Amino acid sequence: MKILVALKQVPDTETKIKVAADGKSLDPADVKWITSPYDEYALEEALRLKESKGAEVVAVAVGDDKAKDVLRNALALGSDQAVLVKAAEAGDPLAVGKALAAYAKDKGFDLLLFGNKGFGSDNGAVGPIVAELLGLGHAGLVTKLELSEGSFRAEREGDAGTEVVEGALPAVITAQRGLNDPRYASLKGIMAAKKKPIEEIEAPAVSASAVVSALALPSARPEGKKVEDAAALVALLRDEAKVL
Amino acid sequence: MILVYSELKDGKIRKPSLEALSEARRLADASGKTVGALFVGADLAGVEEAAAYGADTIVKIEGASLAAYSSDAFAAAIADTVKAKGATVLLAAATSTGKDVAPRVAARLDAGYAADVTGLCMAGGKLQAVRPVYAGKANATVDFTSAIQVATTRPNVFAVTANAKAGAVEALPAPADSFKAVVKEILAKVGGKLDLTEADVIVSGGRGMGSGENFKLLEDLAEALGGVVGASRAAVDAGWGIPHSQQVGQTGKVVSPTLYIAVGISGAIQHVAGMSTSKVIVAINKDPEAPIFKLASYGIVGDLFTVVPELTAAVKAAKA
Repeated sequence: MKILVALKQVPDTETKIKVAADGKSLDPADVKWITSPYDEYALEEALRLKESKGAEVVAVAVGDDKAKDVLRNALALGSDQAVLVKAAEAGDPLAVGKALAAYAKDKGFDLLLFGNKGFGSDNGAVGPIVAELLGLGHAGLVTKLELSEGSFRAEREGDAGTEVVEGALPAVITAQRGLNDPRYASLKGIMAAKKKPIEEIEAPAVSASAVVSALALPSARPEGKKVEDAAALVALLRDEAKVL
Repeated sequence: MILVYSELKDGKIRKPSLEALSEARRLADASGKTVGALFVGADLAGVEEAAAYGADTIVKIEGASLAAYSSDAFAAAIADTVKAKGATVLLAAATSTGKDVAPRVAARLDAGYAADVTGLCMAGGKLQAVRPVYAGKANATVDFTSAIQVATTRPNVFAVTANAKAGAVEALPAPADSFKAVVKEILAKVGGKLDLTEADVIVSGGRGMGSGENFKLLEDLAEALGGVVGASRAAVDAGWGIPHSQQVGQTGKVVSPTLYIAVGISGAIQHVAGMSTSKVIVAINKDPEAPIFKLASYGIVGDLFTVVPELTAAVKAAKA
């Protein structure tokens, strides 16, 4: 079995967000970059499949040179190969999806694993877009995954409860928290990963279809009131906020 | 045309879909476009309701094969309709289905995509969207360059507005192929209870609740308010038997209710990311320094085990 895991490098979730001088991007000063937390569940699932069923795991990231860190980390955790698809990441999920689909096409992947969204941009779109571009089925927000010969069964978070999705392989699965508990890299793994190559390829030239033209901090919420007790709160909710 | 992929539940249009339809009507009126409401499924009784919320045209794609949701089949049906009707904008509510299917439709149409938007307008004949990014710590304005633009609207943000239009119903054929992945069954169905993302009132508990049993206090308050119960990640992770589906936050659900009551929740960024766009926020916490108070419209510093039952009683009295 051959598994692709798509990884994205994102700002640490605790990062204080500052807008850069261009008024439309994140000021990279003082930003610590990490693997998007949901991608860690995707990678862990791939590694567990490798251990239980035998699989070749290929970690792929779309981005610039600094994305090599998440690929190096994926190698340290047990990925067999790492590929950097070089492209400027401009917040356009369709362009990222096209870059990944162009790489994955005709490479014989049985399973393509993604985080359900990249922290920060939060579009949750790249996995389903790649599935569509490659003509594959997908299940998103998956909390449980079972593979059989040529098919999958996934449990996903739906609005009405847990949905059981079944479909044929190859397929795209996007991981949600609860799928597994990601492991940490061992010192041995980290040392070995330093010697492993990261393949670099150029992304296909595609024009962006959606671009971020401005980034702004939200206006602060108005100063709140401290309220003495429940009765006073109910009066305010009813007469001032008018929500009762 | 602005086409809105709309969802039915028990013969009624879901509220997040009505919000998307109402917003589509506003955008259409501002730009001289028409509004189409699109429904896909096996039983589409009730779609006529869309006319009351601004649909000039109602498109039905009905077929036995569409009884269960299939992301690829539904995407094909929606994209085919966009093309057949010559629509340039596709909206869907950012429900679990909307967020699942819309990116596929965008890929099929080579269209730009923006998820979970909180503001929309038409600029230069194209959609422009504002959406929260970095867990709500910033807002991004998204401009589209593609001929077709696709966006999902965050539930509880856009107002539902009655605006009756003709709503002529038209049926298009169901897709013949696809069905690569299909929902086979729905487990642990939340019987009758509203999904968190659709609720007008949410009462959430955090680590300060101390145990799963104590969430009964929150259920009583939620019932008095006609709301539902949520939880912070700390409460879900504590092993109190609270399911992840109830979690509000960065790794859980993003909600924007009219009233959000945070009980025993400190206000970590992880949680705030999921509820900071709520209209009125109430915090009840014994720690006066808890960050949640910075966000709260109203805060009570006190013991939740005293305050919450008092609040439940006061709400019942006020509503009686």
